[in-house]
Amino acid sequence: MISLAGIDRSFQVGDQTVDALADVNLDIGAGEYLSIMGPSGSGKSTLLNIVGLLDRPTGGVYKLDNRDVTRLTDEEQARVRREKIGFVFQAFHLVPRLTALENVSVPMMLSGIAISERRQRAAKSLEDYGLGDRMDHRPSQLSGGQRQRVAMARATIMHPPVLLADEPTGNLDRASGREVVGLLERLNASGVTLIVVTHDPELGRRARRQLHMVDGRINADNVLQK
Amino acid sequence: MMGPGDVVRFSFRSLTGFRTRTALMVIAMAIGVGAVVVLTALGEGARRYVVNEFSSLGSNLIIVFPGRTETGGNVPGMLVGRSPRDLTLEDAVAVLRSRHVTRIAPLNIGSAYLSRGRLNREAPVLGTTHEFRDIRRLEMDRGNFLPPADPTKAQSICIIGQTLAKELFPNEEPIGQWLRIGDRRFRVIGILGAKGRSLGFDTDELAIIPVASAQQLFNQPSLFRILAETRHRESLDTARDEIRRIIKDRHEGDEDVTVVTQDAVLATFDRILRTLTLAVGGIAAISLAVAGILTMNVMLVAVSQRTAEIGLLKAIGASRRQIRSLFFTEAALLSACGALVGLLLGAVGILIIRQLYPAFPAAAPAWAVGAAVLTAALTGVGFSVMPARRAARLDPVIALAKR
Ligand SMILES: Nc1ncnc2c1ncn2[C@@H]1O[C@H](COP(=O)(O)OP(=O)(O)OP(=O)(O)O)[C@@H](O)[C@H]1O
Ligand SMILES: [Mg+2]
Repeated sequence: MISLAGIDRSFQVGDQTVDALADVNLDIGAGEYLSIMGPSGSGKSTLLNIVGLLDRPTGGVYKLDNRDVTRLTDEEQARVRREKIGFVFQAFHLVPRLTALENVSVPMMLSGIAISERRQRAAKSLEDYGLGDRMDHRPSQLSGGQRQRVAMARATIMHPPVLLADEPTGNLDRASGREVVGLLERLNASGVTLIVVTHDPELGRRARRQLHMVDGRINADNVLQK
Repeated sequence: MMGPGDVVRFSFRSLTGFRTRTALMVIAMAIGVGAVVVLTALGEGARRYVVNEFSSLGSNLIIVFPGRTETGGNVPGMLVGRSPRDLTLEDAVAVLRSRHVTRIAPLNIGSAYLSRGRLNREAPVLGTTHEFRDIRRLEMDRGNFLPPADPTKAQSICIIGQTLAKELFPNEEPIGQWLRIGDRRFRVIGILGAKGRSLGFDTDELAIIPVASAQQLFNQPSLFRILAETRHRESLDTARDEIRRIIKDRHEGDEDVTVVTQDAVLATFDRILRTLTLAVGGIAAISLAVAGILTMNVMLVAVSQRTAEIGLLKAIGASRRQIRSLFFTEAALLSACGALVGLLLGAVGILIIRQLYPAFPAAAPAWAVGAAVLTAALTGVGFSVMPARRAARLDPVIALAKR
């Protein structure tokens, strides 16, 4: 369902060109569980951002469900982000002035779902993530693990078929991290395509398919046989 | 798509989420708008004040005074060796020859010492005739005004204002008593009604004597003014031209007096005071501009602080259009709030002015209120929507990375 062909991404820093991604080719099927590892600066985040339509490649073709998504209008791109992709960030990226419930509701508001349904769905989702008693708390009143669970509730509220997580446990302690990973894997088990970027080898090894990147290229692509 | 209710609710949450910023902006805009409202209200009040004063004089009025002030007529310098002729009582009587003039009042004015026993004070003294009372719509408190008489005959009678009556006759009824004005004695025959200020004269402090007596008292044969009233408004211009001709004939063909209608004077004042209002409005506009610049700075900072938020909204599926409408609505709400508070502030300011100076009809003209609100709206919306549009155009990663 995800198909990257000859993807390049270079940054212009002063008069120097940094190739964050160079000729990346990758096909990912629906329901796969992928981890991406590699040294710092190898292009993991850049790759994930391109897959999540947060960034645009300087070259190559990216097809999502057989549709070239790099050439879409802004409106169409927004729709794809809203409906097909959930993104979980290392830094959570919640809106600080909104409550947990409101943060989870934002994607539904952007899709034009009625307010009563929004409240109901957001509340249900937060309960599923064990935050039933934290709905009216603002991010600053929540722990890191709780914030990441709010972020996950937000990422999944539109039931996207693809879930992307960039070091989702990077800012969490072991216990919270394990909890978040468990939740991610449960989603994957229910059919969601899951791609996790991580520095944690233990977490990386849990994925059935493991990519290793160096200098903007994929230099290993191992699929575990069960 | 997002409904308008959602947009407003979300924008409102942004405003309440950034309390200090919101308060600052509302205050800045409110001060700007309020300043425009109050200052133009002062200018407009001055205009109305003068207009009211004139209309209380009676509206079918023609004023004649010595000397030529209008340009385009005879240049005084051409009349070598001849000083401008006096405007005499005979001239005043002659004005009545115009068919359109129903009554006239010659006016002579000066300042003199009024004394009664040991009490004395200085006061303006007006010399005129019986008709003056009707032309000026003067009210009497008690007693009589000058009786109808030959204007050229001096009589030792006077009418005094309320303040003079109280100060010079603290313990007695002034009517019938003698009063010294300058070096002559006058019998008080009437007390003016309390009218307060009217066109420069405080009638409460005024003494009125027959015009011929004033000419002798001040040793001034020339009149200060002739007031002439016409029967109809429509005949004002014809009457003015007739009066001009009558006096010109009497002055051996020299047009050495100025004849103006009340309307013309009023129009001039009106023009001057409108200009004043405009000028004052301009000054206020500067404060509005300052408020606008403040708004711009706060908004620019706010938007760059919120670029990350814009990136996040994009990352979770907001389109550029949605972000634009969110920020537009936020700015519009903010500006509306600022303008509203400003109008309120202005209204309170005007109320205070009216409390302090009840006679002064302060009121902001509609154009000034409109312009102030529009400026507040444009600066608020313009300065926040522009940077928000720019931020919305960024790719989400770049926006997200901004802090
Ligand atoms: N906005 C940018 N401008 C310039 N260079 C950038 C930018 N973003 C990333 N890069 C460069 O691209 C390369 C890949 O960056 P990326 O963030 O993808 O690395 P990463 O593998 O995620 O590293 P880490 O594990 O530290 O998060 C790095 O060399 C980085 O310096
Ligand atoms: Mg990274």
